[in-house]
Amino acid sequence: MPELYYKSAADLSRLLASGEISARELIQSVIDRTQNVEEKVHAFLRFDPEAALAKAAQCDERRSAGKSLGPLDGIPVALKDLICESGQGLTCGSRILEKYVSPYDATCVAKLKENGTILWGRMNMDEFAMGSSTENSGYQNTANPWDVSRIPGGSSGGSAAAVAAGETIAALGSDTGGSIRQPASLCGVVGLKPSYGLVSRYGLAAFASSLDQIGPITRTVEDSALLLQAIAGYDTLDSTSYQADIPDYTASLNSAPKPWKLGLPKEYFEEGLDPQIRQLVEKVIDFYKSEGCQIIEVSLPHTNLALPVYYVLAPAEASSNLARYDGVRYSHRSKQANDHVGLYFKSRGEGFGPEVKRRIILGTYVLSSGYYDAYYLRAQKVRTLIRNDFLEAFKQVDALITPVSPTAAFKIGERSGDPLSMYLSDIYTLSVNLAGLPGISVPCGFNSDKMPVGVQLIGQPYREAELLSIAHLYDSVHRFGMEHPVL
Amino acid sequence: MPGKTEIDIDYVADLARIELTEEEKEQFSAQLVEILNHFKSLREVDVSGIEPTAHPFPLYNVWGEDVVEPGFTTEEALANAPAQRENQIVVPKIVEDA
Amino acid sequence: MEYEAVIGLEVHVQLKTDSKMFTRAASRFGEPPNSLTNPVVMGLPGTLPVMNKAAIELSIQTGLLFGCRIAEVCKWDRKNYFYPDQPKNYQISQYDQPICIGGEVEIELPGPARNIMGEHRMVQLTRIHLEEDVGKLTHFENESLVDFNRAGIPLLEIVTEPDLHSAEEVSAFLHAIRLHMVYVGLSDCDMEKGQMRCDANVSVRPVGSDTLGTRTEMKNLNSIAGSRDSVAFEIQRQSRLLEKGGQVVQETRRWNAEQGYTVALRSKEEAHDYRYFPDPDLMPVKISPAMLDRLAREIPERPYDRQRRFLEDYGLPFSTASVLCLDRQLADFFEEAVSAHDKPLEIGNLVANDLLRELSSSAGQGGGKMSKLLIKPGQIAELVKLVEDGVISKQIAQDIFPEMFHTGRTPSLIVEEKGLRQSTDAAEIESVCARVIAENPKPVEEFRTGNQKAINALKGGVMKATRGKANPAMVDQILRKLLA
Ligand SMILES: [Mg+2]
Ligand SMILES: [Zn+2]
Repeated sequence: MPELYYKSAADLSRLLASGEISARELIQSVIDRTQNVEEKVHAFLRFDPEAALAKAAQCDERRSAGKSLGPLDGIPVALKDLICESGQGLTCGSRILEKYVSPYDATCVAKLKENGTILWGRMNMDEFAMGSSTENSGYQNTANPWDVSRIPGGSSGGSAAAVAAGETIAALGSDTGGSIRQPASLCGVVGLKPSYGLVSRYGLAAFASSLDQIGPITRTVEDSALLLQAIAGYDTLDSTSYQADIPDYTASLNSAPKPWKLGLPKEYFEEGLDPQIRQLVEKVIDFYKSEGCQIIEVSLPHTNLALPVYYVLAPAEASSNLARYDGVRYSHRSKQANDHVGLYFKSRGEGFGPEVKRRIILGTYVLSSGYYDAYYLRAQKVRTLIRNDFLEAFKQVDALITPVSPTAAFKIGERSGDPLSMYLSDIYTLSVNLAGLPGISVPCGFNSDKMPVGVQLIGQPYREAELLSIAHLYDSVHRFGMEHPVL
Repeated sequence: MPGKTEIDIDYVADLARIELTEEEKEQFSAQLVEILNHFKSLREVDVSGIEPTAHPFPLYNVWGEDVVEPGFTTEEALANAPAQRENQIVVPKIVEDA
Repeated sequence: MEYEAVIGLEVHVQLKTDSKMFTRAASRFGEPPNSLTNPVVMGLPGTLPVMNKAAIELSIQTGLLFGCRIAEVCKWDRKNYFYPDQPKNYQISQYDQPICIGGEVEIELPGPARNIMGEHRMVQLTRIHLEEDVGKLTHFENESLVDFNRAGIPLLEIVTEPDLHSAEEVSAFLHAIRLHMVYVGLSDCDMEKGQMRCDANVSVRPVGSDTLGTRTEMKNLNSIAGSRDSVAFEIQRQSRLLEKGGQVVQETRRWNAEQGYTVALRSKEEAHDYRYFPDPDLMPVKISPAMLDRLAREIPERPYDRQRRFLEDYGLPFSTASVLCLDRQLADFFEEAVSAHDKPLEIGNLVANDLLRELSSSAGQGGGKMSKLLIKPGQIAELVKLVEDGVISKQIAQDIFPEMFHTGRTPSLIVEEKGLRQSTDAAEIESVCARVIAENPKPVEEFRTGNQKAINALKGGVMKATRGKANPAMVDQILRKLLA
C-alpha cells in the first residue's frame, strides 16, 4: 500500500484494526521515508529503526492475540527532545546535555507507551525551546519541508517538519509562547496547545514553568483529539496539573455542529499582519459563517502588553529552571575549571548557546535586587489583565479566531541577528499561554510562495472538546494538513 | 522601574554563573537594553489593585501523603555524573565565598 | 565601659517525616551515600515538586507549640543561589509568606546547682518557615564529594528576634527547641546527625544603649556547646575590640571548634541577591480552621508547664521533675503510675532513676525505647505498694526491678516465685541475729564500747544471711535487744 507515511493516524488506526496493514509495514514505510528525505529536512536528532521495528512487531503480536491497546497501538509518534523517555538521550537541543540519558519516562510518555504508540525518534528544537525558527538548536538547523531554504518555525520545529515531511505520523511538542502552534502553522500541520495543566508537565524539561504545555502535532484535528485523549489527565507528580476527568474528545468531534459564536479580537488584525495571511484567515471566517456560526468582533485591550509580559516572565522562570545545568550532577562539565565557581562559569559558558545565555541574563536581571517589583511582579499583574480580557470575551463568544503568525515561514538566517524581530513572530500566540487557554493551529491554505498558513482557534479553559469540534468542522472539510510538500 | 535602562552585565552574568566573552557582553547589553526599552508599555499600565497571576487557574493544598516510594539505586543516581568516587559526586575544590 | 550582647539565632531543624519535603524518596540518616534519591532529589530535567502533607502539619504543630500565628495562606518561593550541595541551584523556601509568624520559646537557664531550677524566660520569635535541606559535602585537599541523601529533607527555619543576651541563653534556647520538638515528636534534633543546625548573629553595645552594634554571623554551628562557646568568644572579641577603640566589621566568621576561636571568612561580602520569586511549580497552602483545630488538639501540655505542675502538684524535687519532663512518654508513664497509686515521690524515684538506668543500659540492644517498654506503670505502682505494705524491703524492690523491666512480669509474681516476701517471724530473725552476733565479735565489741555505727555491719550480716528478706526495723530492734 503506497504512502502509508502520509496517512492520518485515524485512517491508519482503522487500517491496523481491520488487519489491512501491519504495524511493521507502517513503521517500515515511515523509516524508508525518513531515510529518503531526512538529509534535506534534518528534523531528527536521533532515531533507531531497529528498535522501532521491534516495537512494531510487538504491536502486531498483541493485535493478533486480540490484545490491542487501542486506537494508537502501532502508530509512530516522535518526541521533541525535551520530553523524557527512559533510557533515551535528552538534549533539549543543547550541547550542555549532549551525553545525558533520562532514567525515567515523562508522564505523557508513559501514557503513550500504555497506548501502544511506537516512540519514533527524538526531534530537533530550539535550545531549551527558546526560539521561533529552530535555528537556535545546538546541533543542526531543520528545514521547512515546503521549502528547505526556509525555517520550519520553532521551537518544536523538528516535530512539525517531520509530520509535514511524512517522517512520522504524529509528534509531541511543547508550547510556552507558541512553540507548537507556530511551527505547525509554518509547516502546514495541526498543532494543539492544551489548557495549562491539562497535560502533565512531569518529564518535560522546564523552560517557563507557568506557561509550558505539551501538545500534539498531527495532520488532522481528529488526530489531535486522538493524541490528546492519550496524554491528558491529572497527574499526582505535577502539582499544577488540572484535577478533573477527561471527556471523550474523539467521540464529541463528530457531534452535530452547533451555531457557535466565534469572536474576532480586533487587536489581532491590525498592522503587522501579512495581507495574504489576513485573506486566508478571512476565508476561514467565511466558512464558519456559511455553517451558521455567528461572528462577533471582540476586543482584548491588553494584547500589546503580552510580548513584554512574556519576555519578563518566561526568561525569569527560565533563569531559575536552567540553573540546574551546572556541570555537577549530569550536564556538561568544563575541563577548564580549577574550583567550583569556575566549574559553573565555564560549564555554562561552554554548554549554552547565545539565545539561552541572552534569556538567562534577561531573566536574571529582571529578578535581581531592586528590579523584581518593577518587572516580574508587575508582569504578573498585567498577566491578570490579559487573562481577564479573554474571560470577558468568552462571556460573548465560544471561541476566538486569529492568525497564528504574522508571516509565513521566512528564510533561514533572515532574522537570526535580531532577537526582537524574532520575538515578534509569537505575538498572536503568547497571550494564550499567559491566560492558560487552549489554542489550536489548523492549516488554512497556502500563500503565493506555496508556503502553508495556519489559523488559530482559541478556546475556553479546559474546554478542549468544544475547541476541537469547532476546529474539526473546518478541518474535516478542508484537510490542508493532508497535502504534501515535494521533497 | 529605572527611567533609563542600563544593565550591569558583569553583575548579572555573575549571578547567573555564566562566563561571557567580551563580544557577548557588549552584544547582550545592547540587545537587552533595546528589549527592555521596548517594554516601556509595561511601565505605563495601571496595575493598582490588581492581583498577580502566579498560576492561571489556582488550586490550593496540592500535596501527597507521607508514604515512601522506591527511588534510585546509588548506581542509577550517579549514572549521568561527570565524575564520581566512593559513590559520591566529585566536584573541584570549593572556594569559600560565603 | 560595660558591654551587653545582642544575639539573634536562625535554627534549622529537620522534620521527622518518612519521605522528603517535595518528593516521596525516603528521608533517613546514616544510609550509604546517594542511596536516598530519585529523579526529583537529583534535580533531573523535567522533575517537579509535590508537597509532603505531613511536613506541613508538623510545621503547623511547631508553630502552635511556640505560640506563633499560623498563616491562613502560605506559599513557596525559590531562593536562587549556586552551590554544589544544592541539586537545582535554587532552594524551595518561603520568603514573604512564612507558615508561622511571631511566637516565643520558653527557655530555662541553668540553676545554681543541679537540683535547683534556674530562671525561665520567653525568647521572641520572628517567624518559622519551611524549606528543603541541601546535600552534604565532604571536603578534601583539592576536591569535594557530594552526597544527596540529605537533599530535600523537610527543614524548618526558626528565626528569633535579636532577643538573646548571653552565651548561656543561646545554649538554653537550643536546649529548649530540642526539648520541645523531640518531646512532641516533630524532630529528633540530633545535632551530630545534622538534624539541628544553628546560625548566630552576634553584636555588642554599651550597656544602656538602644541602638544595635555591627553584627557578625556564624553559620552552621553543629553542636549546642559549639554554639554557646562561639557566641561567648565572639562577645568577648567584639567587646575587647570596641574597648580598644576598634570597630566590628560586618562579616561571616567561622567557628573553629578544635581551637576555640572564630575567624573571618575571606569573603568579598557582597550583598546576597537571591532573586526570590514564587515557585511556579507549587500551589499555595491554605490552612483551614478545621485543620488548625485538629492539629492543635494533638499538641500536648508543654514540657516546662508540665515540669511546673510536677513540682507543685506532686512535690517532686526539681532534679526528678526535670528528668521526667525531658521525655513525654516517660512523664506519661510516671503519671499513669501515680494515678494507680498516689505515691509520687517513690514512683518518681523509681522512674527517674531505676527505669532510666535500665533503659540506657539496654539501649545498645535496641531495647532502650520507651515505646517498646515491657514494664507497665501499674507494676511500678504495685512495687511501691509492696514496699509500703511491708511485703518486701526497699532493697528487694531494687533487686527485682531489672527483672520486671526485662520480662514485664508483675512484682508480686516475682516475689512469690522467688520467695522474696519479707520475713516478720521474730523467732526466726532472732536466731539469725544471735548467729551473726556470735560470728562477728569485732563489731559487737565496738558497739558495746559506744560506737553506735558498728551495728550497721551486723544488720548487713543479717540481711545478707536472710537474702534481704528480714524486716529491717525488726532486725534493728532484735539486735539491740540481744546486744543490750
Ligand atoms: Mg536563613
Ligand atoms: Zn534556611
